[in-house]
Amino acid sequence: MAQNGLLINYQYCTGCHSCEVACQMEHKLPVDQWGIKLAEIGPWQISEEKWQYEFIPIPTDQCDLCADRVAKGKKPTCVKHCQSLVMEYGPVEELAKKINGQPKMVLFAPK
Amino acid sequence: MAEDIKKNAQEEEFVRPDFFRESDVKFTGGDKPWRWKEDGMTVTRTAAWAAPGCHDGCGVLVYTDKNGRLVKVEGDEENPFYNGRLCIRCLALPEVEYHPDRLLYPMKRDKADRGKNKWQRISWDEAYDIIETEFNKIKGEYGPESVVFSCGTGRGTAPYLVRICYSFGSPNYAYYLSGASCYVPRIAASNTMMGTYTVPDCSQYFIDRYDHPGWQPPAVIFIWGNNPLVSNADGNMGHWIIDCMKRGSKLVVVDPRLTWLASKADLWLQLRPGTDAALAMAMADTIIKEGIYDKDFVENWCYGFEEYSKRVAEYPVEKAARITWVPEEKIRRAARMMAQKPVSVQWGLALDMTKEAIPGSLSVASLWCITGNIDIPGGMIPTHQPFNIQTWNPPDPKEMLPLDVCEKRIGGKEYPMYEYGGVVLSQTDMTVDAMLTGKPYPIKGNFMLSTNPIACTGMQPETKMLKGFLNADINVVLDVFMTPTIMACADIVLPVATFPERDGIRSIYYYVQTINKAMEPVGECKSDMQITYELGKRFNPEAWPGDTLTEFFSHTMKEIGMSFEETREQNWVYPEYEYHKYENGKQRFDGIPGFNTPTGRIELYSTLFDEWGLEPLPFFEEPEEGPLSSPELMQEFPYVLTTGARHWSYFHSEHRQISRLRSLRPDPLVEMHPKTAAANGIKEGDWCWIENRLGKVKMRAKLSVGIDPRVVNCDHAWWYPERDPEKLYDVFEANVNQLVPAKFGRSGFGSNSKSLICKVYKAE
Repeated sequence: MAQNGLLINYQYCTGCHSCEVACQMEHKLPVDQWGIKLAEIGPWQISEEKWQYEFIPIPTDQCDLCADRVAKGKKPTCVKHCQSLVMEYGPVEELAKKINGQPKMVLFAPK
Repeated sequence: MAEDIKKNAQEEEFVRPDFFRESDVKFTGGDKPWRWKEDGMTVTRTAAWAAPGCHDGCGVLVYTDKNGRLVKVEGDEENPFYNGRLCIRCLALPEVEYHPDRLLYPMKRDKADRGKNKWQRISWDEAYDIIETEFNKIKGEYGPESVVFSCGTGRGTAPYLVRICYSFGSPNYAYYLSGASCYVPRIAASNTMMGTYTVPDCSQYFIDRYDHPGWQPPAVIFIWGNNPLVSNADGNMGHWIIDCMKRGSKLVVVDPRLTWLASKADLWLQLRPGTDAALAMAMADTIIKEGIYDKDFVENWCYGFEEYSKRVAEYPVEKAARITWVPEEKIRRAARMMAQKPVSVQWGLALDMTKEAIPGSLSVASLWCITGNIDIPGGMIPTHQPFNIQTWNPPDPKEMLPLDVCEKRIGGKEYPMYEYGGVVLSQTDMTVDAMLTGKPYPIKGNFMLSTNPIACTGMQPETKMLKGFLNADINVVLDVFMTPTIMACADIVLPVATFPERDGIRSIYYYVQTINKAMEPVGECKSDMQITYELGKRFNPEAWPGDTLTEFFSHTMKEIGMSFEETREQNWVYPEYEYHKYENGKQRFDGIPGFNTPTGRIELYSTLFDEWGLEPLPFFEEPEEGPLSSPELMQEFPYVLTTGARHWSYFHSEHRQISRLRSLRPDPLVEMHPKTAAANGIKEGDWCWIENRLGKVKMRAKLSVGIDPRVVNCDHAWWYPERDPEKLYDVFEANVNQLVPAKFGRSGFGSNSKSLICKVYKAE
């Protein structure tokens, strides 16, 4: 079976935490554990009008890519609730093709 | 009384200017079910609109198990408003639902025990009996105006609060924030100037959204004085901005802090807090001097351009740069970006939270008028309440009260904008003064619906407002959780149901959706609507048509042409949206082309302000204390203090007891530049005192290079639900409003909450 993963266009990740909390609720995780966790980079100033300030959600060992949901034809809950709609689930080979020269893309294959 | 009211209506031929005739064309989600079974659970499609927060009413799916217990809340992907996306406050709702601190039963407390944690459970009947008896006693002795009915941000609850207020016979509907300085000033300024309120066009009026053939993304979006990704202010979803960015919109951000949006903007104007009006006028002056305004639109649809041009010429960019700290070149670039088409401006609270909020709002709104960005695809589109459903706009007092009672509304005579600006409130500060002084008449009762002013809106040390509440004979408070306000002053507490526990109507802007009860309320909770309906019927049954609450809902939504139940089957109902309405007469209630103002044009020079004795043109006023107005005070309080920025976890003073949300922001934060921290011996995470002439509050330091070293920024509306209730949960240690003076502007609106001064030092 093809390996599945998450493709994230972090150019538009605003750090809203929806993926984190949706995952905690779906997997009934305690407050201090996450199936996906945001990393915050910055802010710092690169030049007069350019800033580094990014968020990137990173799946953890407790991420099962929402196997139960996916089996029922649903999106993983982080993908569904992402407020910037920057997450995509699918076979990693297909997702890799979608990067296609675009900036700030990251592909996770947690399992 | 009924005769009098009838007479009023006949004499005035009363047509509310905010009423809008919809076309007969509707778009609905009637091809989808609103309830179904899934994996042994029941799924109920509904809208998330208070309680708890916020303003938006996103489409959600509520999952309940076979025992009727809430399992989870998910976004509704079929709902066009937000396409299944959801923020963390709704995702975490199950914890709200079954939180051990939820209020479950009506309670009373002896007046002598205010401030003490001594409550006695009572029945709903007893609670209603006490309220009815005590309020009527006040009415008999002092008049109905001596009971004030108040709510907080309102959301879906305001019209019910107002209806019970008028059912009782009081004209005093209040919002306890100095100068009503949240959203209301922008609405009032817009309604006066252009006879409508406008919002950025992110395709939200169309059921097919971004695919709609007539829509186009804004070329430029200005984010002015708010962080909409977090605040989702006033029925606009912040992440629509992201959707537009993906479709090519450029960004200009006007903000003292580097928000995430500012970091991605094509242009970030890092202005000194409270100087927005000077910036806007300098941009206008540049646009006019460079001849890049929309000459045709100004010629045909604006009034007073010559006077306006002269006024903004008083703020050349050189002068504005000194006032605002924004470099001249950036002001010019912003002006040129504003003059493109189409341009949208997502403006926010910072405009309301200056003392001269009205001229400040006019100065910004004028920009999208002189550039002709009104009612065009991707521009600023006029909005209104769909089908005139009064679940947001309250009923007009003249529809329910005799004229002599209407005239007793506090501040009504002094501040005509409160009547004609589209939001008929009593003037907050004067109402608080009446509580303290008994003038113009005493305030003896308070009915406070889902509002927590002691933790959120009340200003000055230990909150002047609290002293006012303590002067009353009876305070009734409705809420979901125990709050500092309830603990401090309530005599009767009524427990409020959350949105999965109730029916209702979501109707703010764009479309209508019924809120569908998915489960029984916990304990004996009732919805705000049920409580006001039941109690309101005791005061004046005629004001609440229908034998059931559902029939009453059907009455208020009658212009949709369907009952509550029929509307529920449609899931969401969008009226048809049409651009360029000012050209075909659909922007005015009388069908004449133009705008709904005395001159029929957008009044850059306001004839109404002139009539009311107010300055008819925009102007800028320095914050009362600051580097330019009180340099001597800056010796002791060297930093400009701004407040009120939002965090993802919280809607104002709500959600502090929800562990999953609290874990993301456990403490109130004071944000400062590393240089500012170093100069004061402060390190990341240190507890600090922030102090000014009024008082001091304690917060944790967060260091950021995204804030000017001359500015510090404090979180707002903090209290600690886990601390001692009889110390009011240390609200006066944590709530930054201790440092904010309650003073309002010449129009009766606005106050300086975001442009103060302070010092900051490490707490021992």
